[in-house]
Amino acid sequence: MRQQSPLQRIQHTLHSHPTISPLLVLIISIIAFAIINPRFIQPATIGIILQQVSVIAALAIGQTLVILTAGIDLSVGAIAILSSLLMANLAAHNGVPGVLAILIGIAAGVLAGAINGTLVTRVGLPPFIVTLGTLGIFTAVALLYSGGQQVGRREMPAILLWAGTPIVIGPFRITMGVIIVLIMAAIMAFILGQSSWGRHVYAVGDDTEAARLVGIRVDRVLLSVYTVAGLIYGITGWVQIGRSGTASPNAIVDANLESITAVVIGGTSLFGGRGTIIGTILGALIVGVFRIGLSLAGVDDQWRLFATGLLVIVAVSIDQWIRKVKA
Amino acid sequence: MTSIPESSELTEDERDTVGLGNPPVLADPKDTVLSGRALIKTFGRVVGLDGVDVDLFPGEILAVIGDNGAGKSTLIKALTGALIPDSGQVFLDGQEVHFKTPQDARGSGIETVYQTLAVAPALDISANMFLGRERRRSGPLGSVLRMLDKKGMKEDAGQSMANLGIATVQNMGQAVETLSGGQRQAVAVARAATFATKFVVLDEPTAALGVKETGQVLNLIQQIKEKGLPVILISHNMPNVFEVSDRIHIARLGGCAGVITPKSHTPTEAVAIMTGATTLQKG
Repeated sequence: MRQQSPLQRIQHTLHSHPTISPLLVLIISIIAFAIINPRFIQPATIGIILQQVSVIAALAIGQTLVILTAGIDLSVGAIAILSSLLMANLAAHNGVPGVLAILIGIAAGVLAGAINGTLVTRVGLPPFIVTLGTLGIFTAVALLYSGGQQVGRREMPAILLWAGTPIVIGPFRITMGVIIVLIMAAIMAFILGQSSWGRHVYAVGDDTEAARLVGIRVDRVLLSVYTVAGLIYGITGWVQIGRSGTASPNAIVDANLESITAVVIGGTSLFGGRGTIIGTILGALIVGVFRIGLSLAGVDDQWRLFATGLLVIVAVSIDQWIRKVKA
Repeated sequence: MTSIPESSELTEDERDTVGLGNPPVLADPKDTVLSGRALIKTFGRVVGLDGVDVDLFPGEILAVIGDNGAGKSTLIKALTGALIPDSGQVFLDGQEVHFKTPQDARGSGIETVYQTLAVAPALDISANMFLGRERRRSGPLGSVLRMLDKKGMKEDAGQSMANLGIATVQNMGQAVETLSGGQRQAVAVARAATFATKFVVLDEPTAALGVKETGQVLNLIQQIKEKGLPVILISHNMPNVFEVSDRIHIARLGGCAGVITPKSHTPTEAVAIMTGATTLQKG
């Protein structure tokens, strides 16, 4: 082994264990906020953070898949809202049974994702443009369909609100939604890490041409990624109804940027090919911890925006640095 | 001149004009691993391949040399499915084949190491070695949960590298981007050597390497030959070509200016034939 400077050793460690940096940031910020205000570390606070983070974390799982292929998805929020409005309206106003309405809403998410994927692969447009376009289209469809009206708690069958069901684990109070999101994260992390599809997703994002040359059907992988992402957004639409108690066209307006923020802070590279679901969940938690932590510290809410922005820039800088690793 | 294929659009005079000399004596495709016969490929009005014949014999290293635009790459692509020739035949082990994609050729046991290496830098050596043909675990973990046999693939990747005498890389879990240029080349070559059953094509394998690493890669090429796999080596580098190859196919102006051996000709003569300064003696 050649002599390495301590800095090189850090670079190497971060390179082979990319989740270390978001994990460190999370731990350090939790300790810091707990010192500033001991109320921060109480189980009640932690439960609230988990609930607040759940929707963005769920969307960020799908966003991670897309970003791993060196793409970007600006239609995350629009698809989730479309799904939630569809299932809520079908159940509330069209007499469709709750479970069926949920499935139709999720199917709409899958279809929307497949449309993104088809435009990226068949028409060959850049993902940024495709999803910028479908962001507008899906939002418009959702508004036109729902007439811009939200569907209230009392109008919907209980199953649509199931994700909001409180669960008490010891001193922690979370919701079914948090559990659903954690299960989705675990399943996706398993698939990405253990299946050949997962490896192909990484390879396509890492070097598309190399992937093609070794016989990976790049278009198929990309189409499947956008479709699976649509499935995740659709399920998130249901989680969102449970979280807020309504299905509203005005919900999660910042979902696009917040999901990308969580992915990037979690150590996934915007250039594709590297990143993990666990990192993304940590990234979403970091944003949630900052939000509550800063407000408990009595700091103006604008500082949260400031801190999040700073974190994004630092995270991408670290990513750039890690990518320059040498033998 | 009966051996000029009828499908060739060149008359004998035209062949002389472009300095193509005498076409080589053609082998019976039954005796070769790979034979291309009268391969023609045009791109609009540009003639990429002009009725080229080529043979690869068992256990040999065949170098393909030629100036830029001489048709080296087009020839290799036509043989490995990356291009479909307009006319002509390709025989693999004496059987005519019609590759439509590189995957077809790969399915028949032909492995190509591209100049770009076709490795995913962020993935580790073992993942790259098995990229696109991953192996699943046995039992329900593989069939139901579709889990990869990571441990087995790592062991086999290490074994492949060791078989080729690559000792500088030990950890198969190392990301390829942390390797040196020569080590990356070694990974790509080891992958090709592991999965090829018919022959291996190497496209300019030493172009980006330093002196020491070039030597290591040439050594790898010899190792592949010793495994019994024939090799097609595309190269610009005359000293490399004369060091390792058994025969040298000289591509020129979309045709073949002749096939020589390192014993029959000197590098200077090869360059002269390649550039058209001299033509191969008619025999």
